[in-house]
Amino acid sequence: MQEKKPLSDISYNQFLNEEKLMGAKCKKCGAIFIPPRAICRKCHSRELEWVPMKGEGTLVAFTCIAIGPPFMIAEGYNRENPYCTGVIEMKEGPRICARIEGVNPGKPDSIKIGTPLTVKFLHRGEGEKSKTYLAFEPQ
Amino acid sequence: MKEKRKIGRGVCVVGAGMSRFGMFPDKDSKDLFIEAYNEMISSVDKGVNPDDIDALYLGNFSNDYFVHQAHWAPIIADAIGHTPKPATRTECACASSALAFKEGVFAIASGFYDVVLVGGMEEMSKCSTEEVTAGLASAAFPSELVAGLTFPGIFGVIASAYFSQYGCTKEDLFNITIKSHSNAVLNHKAQIPFTIRDIMNQKIERAMKKGTPVPHWKDEKEFLRDPKANPMVAYPMSLYDCCPISDGASCMLLVSEQMARQFTDNPLHVVGIGQGSGAGLQGSGPLTSLEATKQAASEAYKMSGFKPADIQFCEVHDCFSIAELIDMEDMGFFKPGEGYKAVDEGLTRRDGSMPINTSGGLKCKGHPVGATGIAQIYEVWEQLRGEAGERQIPNNDLRIGAVQNLGGTGGTSSVTILERR
Repeated sequence: MQEKKPLSDISYNQFLNEEKLMGAKCKKCGAIFIPPRAICRKCHSRELEWVPMKGEGTLVAFTCIAIGPPFMIAEGYNRENPYCTGVIEMKEGPRICARIEGVNPGKPDSIKIGTPLTVKFLHRGEGEKSKTYLAFEPQ
Repeated sequence: MKEKRKIGRGVCVVGAGMSRFGMFPDKDSKDLFIEAYNEMISSVDKGVNPDDIDALYLGNFSNDYFVHQAHWAPIIADAIGHTPKPATRTECACASSALAFKEGVFAIASGFYDVVLVGGMEEMSKCSTEEVTAGLASAAFPSELVAGLTFPGIFGVIASAYFSQYGCTKEDLFNITIKSHSNAVLNHKAQIPFTIRDIMNQKIERAMKKGTPVPHWKDEKEFLRDPKANPMVAYPMSLYDCCPISDGASCMLLVSEQMARQFTDNPLHVVGIGQGSGAGLQGSGPLTSLEATKQAASEAYKMSGFKPADIQFCEVHDCFSIAELIDMEDMGFFKPGEGYKAVDEGLTRRDGSMPINTSGGLKCKGHPVGATGIAQIYEVWEQLRGEAGERQIPNNDLRIGAVQNLGGTGGTSSVTILERR
């Protein structure tokens, strides 16, 4: 079924709330982007369409953060309890930044670049303040 | 389309000033800018009449956030008695004042103005560390921030990719930190004018005075390996990989080349200007390089006719130790993955073949973000005019210096090349 939502970050976040990871595919050159784009970075085409992502990829870079932004501190992360976040190369090609769950951020040397990962959706907050964050964890 | 990278008429730097960098509870942005401005006025060898300054371009990233006051160009214009002449603010995160410099060059090159004041300032230390971290983070891409990334985190990500690809380790980054500190000790305007050894001794003295257990480290590297002395901020970036929170200001006087000798017999010629943009971590290029810097360098080299090998020394944007490596490689001084070996061999020291960040860099000189670009150019001004004192690069034929100034997570990069003729 053809998705009718506009190719925007707002639509992308609405899909995340429904546990759907959606990218955009250029109808002209076939390039895939996530988050979605309205204009192709590669060929400047303005003809792109939604494409569901498999939700699988590989860890290509990461960090374990001791001093996070306010919304991560609110989740209980701090110097004693750091969190891992990284860059994932999706099976379909594009890269995305996301939190990495299921690893030990206290022992960063144990986290290996090249680890295969699967998508996980983190639902935070209630009601109007609810938000879904993208995460990945080892397969 | 034929590529053209030339400006309409030549532009020279004939005066420069920089405030001390540091955390100053008793000074605000105006005080700091005036400090830099006063030095600039007295640096013009044959003098300048402030009435002859046609326009002001002022770089400032986010005083709006840090001190809840926006629209700084007219505030500074008023403070120096420049009103009612034009005053424009430029904002490109940490590259804000390098772009004020560029706009000033273009304004003179176009023929519209003859004498332009360019500068920058930032007042950050009135905020808590958490507030500054959040304020700086607003210069990253939304898709990076939603993943919980901070600035140290983003450069930690880049470092992890660089380590994995090239076999560089944290030990190699220590060499950058040790070098920056040993340059800064010779810079009386630096925020941290201490060697790592000085800092170790300070900590030992403090412990002895307090009667707490006296720490012992065999050498600088053992100190930097100690998680108590050098705690992790965002793996693999520890405290001593990161630049401090700073207040400061910088400014320069630009004039058309035809007029330069009216102001000084020792002007510096702006021979290369370049700028680029980038898409951050989610761009399509390698994570170990910034496309914005490559673009900026390519524009500046094209305009100047110089190659990387012609540049005799450079101030690069070392907001984090890993950034110094990436910047040097993107500028073309070293091949990708070779930068850290050059540092290990001492090539980037003041007496090396390619001195990098003789000022102490952002790491030790300080990084009041809006002031940084022109403060970097200020180091080139001092070095090329032989006025760098104890930090002077030991080269009797120093003629060509460059500056690379980065904004955000690679969203903006700027390159400036100056020549003494």
